[in-house]
Amino acid sequence: MNPYRAKKYMSKILFAVLIAVLAIIFLLPFVVMFTTSFKTMEDAFMVPVRIWPREFTVENYRKAINKIPYFSYMGNTAYITLLSLLGEMLVVPMVAYSLAKIRWKGAGLISGLLMGTMMLPFTVTMIPLYRTWHALGLTGTYVPLIAPHFVGNAYYIIIMRQFMKGLPNSLFEAATLDGASEFQMYLRIALPLCKPALTTVGIYTFLSAWSDYLAPLIYINKKDKMTLSLGLQQFLNEYTIDWTQLMAAAVIFVLPILGLFLIFQRNFVEGIATAGLKA
Amino acid sequence: MRKKRHITRSDIDGFLFALPWLVGFVLLCVYPLSMSLYYSFTEFNPITDPVWIGLENYISLFKDPRFYKSLRNTCFYAFIATPINLVTALVLASLISRRFRGRGLVRTVFFLPSVIPMVAATMVWIWMFDPTYGFINNFLKWFSIDGPAWLINPKTTKWALVMMGMWGTGTTMLVCLAALQDVPVSYYESAQMDGANGVQRFLFITLPCVAHVIVYQAILNLINAFQYFTQVYVITTASGGSTSGASGGPENSILMYPLYLFHNAFIYQKMGKASAMAWILMVVVGLLTIVMVKLSDKAVSNAGGE
Repeated sequence: MNPYRAKKYMSKILFAVLIAVLAIIFLLPFVVMFTTSFKTMEDAFMVPVRIWPREFTVENYRKAINKIPYFSYMGNTAYITLLSLLGEMLVVPMVAYSLAKIRWKGAGLISGLLMGTMMLPFTVTMIPLYRTWHALGLTGTYVPLIAPHFVGNAYYIIIMRQFMKGLPNSLFEAATLDGASEFQMYLRIALPLCKPALTTVGIYTFLSAWSDYLAPLIYINKKDKMTLSLGLQQFLNEYTIDWTQLMAAAVIFVLPILGLFLIFQRNFVEGIATAGLKA
Repeated sequence: MRKKRHITRSDIDGFLFALPWLVGFVLLCVYPLSMSLYYSFTEFNPITDPVWIGLENYISLFKDPRFYKSLRNTCFYAFIATPINLVTALVLASLISRRFRGRGLVRTVFFLPSVIPMVAATMVWIWMFDPTYGFINNFLKWFSIDGPAWLINPKTTKWALVMMGMWGTGTTMLVCLAALQDVPVSYYESAQMDGANGVQRFLFITLPCVAHVIVYQAILNLINAFQYFTQVYVITTASGGSTSGASGGPENSILMYPLYLFHNAFIYQKMGKASAMAWILMVVVGLLTIVMVKLSDKAVSNAGGE
């Protein structure tokens, strides 16, 4: 082998090693989570730590789903998530259509406002919102968690608007000549063409509703109404934390998200790139 | 003579299509924002009515050592973690912008932490940071290093958060990756002909081309740092917390601004004071957002408009 090729070969190997090491580091917390969830208590509390359990047990899973009403919490979380999804799916494309495809006086102003509201921290509006929902007697219900999704999230609208801008105007012009109303064009032309962006927004909504923490924390005050992210917290409130059970509970919590992500990876990645570069 | 307003059919349609968002904007943004400003001059708890007390909330905040502590903690995180996250994101992005087998898989691995619910991820990290049984200190022991008591020693708690932040930098990485791939290949080709080496190519071609994206992401990271809540809430409640349920971690070392705001509102029940904190936060985030919008306008006009 000539020295030039040898050098090239070496740098290829170095690169592969570097990538492998980094990938292992990023995967470690997942590995720790999964393996701990199958460990016996003795294995988990052993020094030095061994990553691989000496014996696999599913006992932790059995105990974890009995310690808290796991599937009832999962049902609550799924209920909130699905209704939030419905809300965003109904509203986001509509508003985006108004901004991307209808020429009207307010479009520019709204586009500007979107950016500002996207950055508005929930902690800033949290107290008045809490008071309002409380006055309406709706704290302790899921309404304060779901209702905000029925007005459309600014970030999702921006992603969707960007996508709709890319749809050829000629389609809409032809339909206008045929006498189609704006709503017909939205329903028959824009919406079917927006499926990729809709999927992206859907996944983001699912993810954020499924994982939401602060809002359920302040609004949900009864144990039987809790979501999974709050339920998980109960494992930490014990005097001594049983990490094997907690990790088992975390695995079941995380699995739907992981599955969804692996299936729809492409939408995820493209949505982020679009919003990050062009917002 | 009054100018005649033309309200066209499109104006009505556009308005109707955007109506849900406009309603939400008034009810979920304008109204709570103005109420929160009013509340910041009052005193009340969840069940009483606000009583006007003028500037007292602000004055008591400026005398409150924990307010400064939370502000310092948040600034520390914002200004240490942001550059670290950006560099990490940029390095990872430039590694996977190369062509190699398994590249898609590696990209997935780097991004995976960002999709995991924060609560679950934080719990795994608390377990990994355990001084005796945690993975990290056991790993360090192989190299005969005595790891610190990460989440117990007030000197290391914030660095533990920084490490967690690096792990979750996937979103920034994806944006950087997209920006890197937007740099025209012809630039690199002509630079190579001029004899520029790798470092020079990075400094004089890549960096200027992606600079606006990096600045944008930096501000986004800063804004997120000012909203850092879930992780510290989970950590502080896991470590036992104080009896009142309001803990800021060891020596309040991870009492982040939003966490202290939450304590004031829902544990000490000083909602007026919490509203004053909310408005100070609002001003900071607002200023950062304005800078961001200005920069993105500039970036678009630099790129020749959209």
